[in-house]
Amino acid sequence: MKRNWNLLVFAWLIAATATASALFIGEVMGMAPCVLCWYQRIFMFPLAVVLGLACYSNDRRGAIYGLALALGGVMVAGYHTLLIAGFVSKAWIPCGLGVSCTEQKLEILNGLQIPWLSLTAFLTVTLLLFLYIKRTSK
Amino acid sequence: MNSKKMTVAVLLGIVVAVFLLGMNFYQKRVQNSQTEKVSKAENRMVRFHSPSLGPSDAPVTIVEFFDPACETCRDFYPIVKNLMKQYPKDVRLVLRYAPFHAGSDKVVKLLEASKRQDKYWQTLETILAAQPSWASHGSPNLDVAYQAAAQTGLDIKKALDDAQAAEVEAVLKQDVEDLTALEVKKTPTFFVNGRGLPSFGPDQLASLVAEEVAKNKK
Repeated sequence: MKRNWNLLVFAWLIAATATASALFIGEVMGMAPCVLCWYQRIFMFPLAVVLGLACYSNDRRGAIYGLALALGGVMVAGYHTLLIAGFVSKAWIPCGLGVSCTEQKLEILNGLQIPWLSLTAFLTVTLLLFLYIKRTSK
Repeated sequence: MNSKKMTVAVLLGIVVAVFLLGMNFYQKRVQNSQTEKVSKAENRMVRFHSPSLGPSDAPVTIVEFFDPACETCRDFYPIVKNLMKQYPKDVRLVLRYAPFHAGSDKVVKLLEASKRQDKYWQTLETILAAQPSWASHGSPNLDVAYQAAAQTGLDIKKALDDAQAAEVEAVLKQDVEDLTALEVKKTPTFFVNGRGLPSFGPDQLASLVAEEVAKNKK
C-alpha cells in the first residue's frame, strides 16, 4: 500500500520540480516561454497541484486526472522535441510571433534543450501514474 | 496529521526552499556580473549629451535607463523627483534611453529634439503624463504623444524635423550601445554612483541613495 503511494509521491515530485524549474527559467532568469512551452506549462502546472492533493489525501482518482494531463503534456513535448530535432518541418511552427520555439537551449546546463527535459518529465509521470493506477485497481 | 500528509508537506517545503535559494543565488550572480561590467565601463554611465537634473557637481548621481513608453518608468518619475527634493544639493539625475518598446525610439528622438527649443523636461513630463493614451504595447499611437507634446508649447513641426537629425540618431545609438554593454535589460534600471539596486523597488532606490549621500557627507 505504502509502496504504491510512493509511486504517486514520486510522480508529484517530478511535476513539482518541473513547475518550479519552469517558473525559475521564466520569472527569475527572464527567458520568455515560446508558444509550445506555454502549452506544456498548461499541462504541467495543474499536474503539480492535482498530484500534490492526491498524495495529501491519498486519493486514487487524482492519479487518473493527472494521467490525462500527463498524456497531453507528452504530446506537446513530443511534438516540440521532434521540431527541435528537425524531424518536423519548420513551416508547421505555430509560433510566428515572439519567441522562437526552436531556440530553447539552457546555457546553465550546457545547452540542454528544455523540451527534452519536459518530455522526460511527462513520460516519467505518465509511467508512474500508469503503474500506480494498475496496481491499485480492483 | 498522518505520515503521508506530513511527507507531502515536508517535500513541498523543500521544493519551495530550493526555488528561493536558487533565486537568491541566481540574482546575486547576475548582479555581480553587472557590477563587474559597470566597473570596467564607467565611462558608459553618463554621456555628454545625457539630460541631467540637479546640481552638476552633486556628489551622488542617479543614472536612470528609461523608456518613455514604460509604465513603471512613469510610476517612478515622481519617486525620483521626491528623492531629489529630499537631497536638493546632493543628488543629480541623469537620464539615459532604453527604447525597448515599439515606437519608443521615435518618442526618444522627439524628446532629444525638444532640447533645441529648451523644452526638454516639460515635454518629458507631458509625454509621461499622457502615456496611457498613446503607449499601448504593440500598437503605440505616436500622434497622440506628439499632440500631448504640442500642448507644452513645443513647435511640434520643427521638433519632428529636428528629430531626423544625425546627432539625434547618434544619441540614441550611443545609449543603446551603452545599455547593452552595461547589461541593462529592463526599464527602469537605476545606478546610484555606479551601483545597481540590490533588488528592484522604490525603497531599495531610496536606501541606496541615502547610503551614498551619507558616504559623501563624511
